[in-house]
Amino acid sequence: MNKKMNRKFDTKDFIANNIVPIIFVVLCIVCYPIAGYSPEYLIDQIITRLVRNSFLVLSLLIPIMAGMGLNFGMTLGAMAGQIGIVFITAWNIVGIPGLLLAAIIATPIAIILGWFCGKMLNMAKGREMITSYMISFFMNGVYQLVVLYGMGPVIPLHSDQVILPRGYGVRNTIDLINVRRSIDNFLQFNIGPVRIPLLTIILIALLCVVIIWFRKTKLGQDMRAVGQDMEVAREAGIKVERTRILSIVISTVFAAYGMIIYLSNMGTLNTYNSHSQIGMFSIAALLVGGASVSRASIKNVFLGIVLFHLMFILTPQAGKNLIGQAQIGEFFRVFVSYGVITLSLVLYEIRTRREKAESAKVLANAQEAKA
Amino acid sequence: MSEMTKPLLEMKSVSKEYNGNPVLKDVSFTLGQGEVLGLVGENGAGKSTLMNILFGMEVIQQTGGYGGQVLIDGKEVKFTSPLDALKAGIGMVHQEFSLLPGFTAAENILLNREPENKSVLSLVFGDRANTIDRKKLQKEAIEAITKLGVSLDPDMLVSEMPVGHKQFTEISREISKSAIRLLVLDEPTAVLTEKEAEMLLKAIENLSKQGISVIFITHRLQEILDVCDKVIVMRDGRIINELEAASTSINEMAKLMVGREVATSINPVEKDRKISDKVVLSVKHLWVDMPGETVKDVNLEVHEGEFLGIGGLAGQGKLGIPNGIMGLYPAGGTVTFSGNSIPLNNPRACLDSDLAFVSEDRRGVGLLLDESLEWNIAFPAMQIHGKFLKKYLGGLINWRDQGAIKEVTEKYIKQLQIKCTSSKQKAKELSGGNQQKICLAKSFALEPKLLFVSEPTRGIDIGAKALVLQALREYNRKYGVTIVMISSELEELRQCCDRIAIITDGAVSGILPASTPSEDFGILMVGKTKKEAK
Repeated sequence: MNKKMNRKFDTKDFIANNIVPIIFVVLCIVCYPIAGYSPEYLIDQIITRLVRNSFLVLSLLIPIMAGMGLNFGMTLGAMAGQIGIVFITAWNIVGIPGLLLAAIIATPIAIILGWFCGKMLNMAKGREMITSYMISFFMNGVYQLVVLYGMGPVIPLHSDQVILPRGYGVRNTIDLINVRRSIDNFLQFNIGPVRIPLLTIILIALLCVVIIWFRKTKLGQDMRAVGQDMEVAREAGIKVERTRILSIVISTVFAAYGMIIYLSNMGTLNTYNSHSQIGMFSIAALLVGGASVSRASIKNVFLGIVLFHLMFILTPQAGKNLIGQAQIGEFFRVFVSYGVITLSLVLYEIRTRREKAESAKVLANAQEAKA
Repeated sequence: MSEMTKPLLEMKSVSKEYNGNPVLKDVSFTLGQGEVLGLVGENGAGKSTLMNILFGMEVIQQTGGYGGQVLIDGKEVKFTSPLDALKAGIGMVHQEFSLLPGFTAAENILLNREPENKSVLSLVFGDRANTIDRKKLQKEAIEAITKLGVSLDPDMLVSEMPVGHKQFTEISREISKSAIRLLVLDEPTAVLTEKEAEMLLKAIENLSKQGISVIFITHRLQEILDVCDKVIVMRDGRIINELEAASTSINEMAKLMVGREVATSINPVEKDRKISDKVVLSVKHLWVDMPGETVKDVNLEVHEGEFLGIGGLAGQGKLGIPNGIMGLYPAGGTVTFSGNSIPLNNPRACLDSDLAFVSEDRRGVGLLLDESLEWNIAFPAMQIHGKFLKKYLGGLINWRDQGAIKEVTEKYIKQLQIKCTSSKQKAKELSGGNQQKICLAKSFALEPKLLFVSEPTRGIDIGAKALVLQALREYNRKYGVTIVMISSELEELRQCCDRIAIITDGAVSGILPASTPSEDFGILMVGKTKKEAK
């Protein structure tokens, strides 16, 4: 009976549990009048960014379900996606068929990278996040080696658009004119000044449905079990290691597809930077939406993207209007992402510790009740 | 129907040793269908080992298998993994819960045996893409719960359940396995409230009526009388007696449980020993949140110069007392030491007020394993009292006094007969017994007024045991240091202590002089005051 009494809405608890989203809401409210953007412009921008990022952020959900924390290794998936994009650009394949081919090229690469990452993470149980973070740095080196020296002499690619004038290595930035907004423009319509890219939205909705369906499958149930307690799951006969690897593989493949959608929407590929940035921003966005290391939902994904990117849009303009420098917003964007991730990791620890202290409180109360 | 006449389970002179140490000797018993067998014995009597054999736990094979025969339906079986045992219809509910806190009761009951719906997608992605049939899952879970005959909400999350319901969930899981014929319950009532325990006992009766046999391990002897058909009392790896539950009593069982012959090199406590009336340490309403050893409400007074023993069965909270007072686990209540109140949750404050603690976790808390013996012995004294330091520039710079450290280490090596190559040897290279002596030396070097010693003889051989106990006793007698010793071994406490407090269910169930016959302590341990037992 006691339990029910405790469940009453507690403002203090609500704030403590949602501190990150609340900070962002306040930030956005403060910046909105200073920036002076029209609401139509903001809505259009938000929809563009939702469409651009949500597939990537959704890819983070499954490893969290399996108790492996935030998958910093999603960068690996992004690399796979970029390699796919590099190929189709070099081969000059246009539009949606091009993007499909990019996805087909990226899938096996993402599976192999994900399997490798999962294998490594199984060797570093309990330290998944820092390990996956380091793996992404390490694989970044391998990626650069392949892209900078391998493409051209080893992997035959001969396109002036893609390859550096010296004959090998991929250019720093590639113009993706062939596939720019090709998913978005297909079936796009306008509501007033706001563009609605229907096909992309359908794709994202489909992924949401897949994730909901996935939760109901045996594999999803096993992942939830493994995420809560590996030992109990193992005793019940669940193949813990395999389940964990699968969760990372699925996440990496989704991240690869997400990256392809992202790049086609952006229209340019920043060959040596896009993937490492996108990992950080996706994770920060998810956390801004109120997710934690151990719990995240689809709701967190969308709320997070809206808040995080609203801030991105507002702060440069607000900075410009306040002190005449748009740079301040750029600067803000990077330091805030790192700040949010740090804050969430620390909050998670504090919360676990507070829960432990609860059990001590129960003992003290039991004694008082007796007396 | 000839199988019906054969006993479900029969053990024939089963024996087992670990590294030449016999832990089970010639254990034989039979268990018929639907029978409820009680299994009682002190910690270390061999109950767990016996159940591990029955379950084909890996630890048994890894340590060289077992002797004797295990027969099911009259046929010999040799289980090599718990899965084999499961297939033969044996289920076990362990003392620690093996449940997922974020799953509901129903999900936990059918963990990894969930009913599934096939779908088109599973043709592509394999069986694990089958969706789970929630309705059927619910139905099967309810069936198991009904079979057990308890009230349990299948939709309740385990994290929100009271302990009793967790226990029921665990048992329901075993029952839901279709072939279940024998259920082993390892201290299922230890964590339950009285009411929950009653419900559980009823459930056991229910199962027995449905033809499921039960082996019931418990320390609460009244429960044995309530629900069992027969009782096996184990001690030191043997079956001491097999009794009909209907014709025995708590006293008889308690006596059989603890009444071992004592072969000892230590003289019993001097009869004429006088203990001062002055209370040096008083503990009031102490609670300690130490996982597995929760202390709920302990009140205790320790006299000056006394050697007080604290005993009790594992998990009842005796270890939590020193760990809580010394600030190693969250604690509350009031602790007063020679007139001053000791702040809890602050290890440094305890040490500063001349309390010292030899932890039961020798390797984790007690020793700096990679450091020399000198360091191990001198470090706390250096840290707390600033001993073994040379002062320069009026105390601005402190240097270690290697000479003094070496001297004190060698003194203790000699005094406690620590076997080592030199005082520079690393602590991790010593045997368990010698490590324990280092821990003692370390706390002696602190020169405390009161010393807590927790499980000083755990995991060390008999010879070293006697030496450790001897050293403690001498330290108490010679220097008048008050000692509080916590131990699972009652006989050890009786050899050293003046009085012994028994802890049951997180509280003191009684304090008796050490000369009291051991069955009286046995009765206190199982949670009955003397009056109730009679």
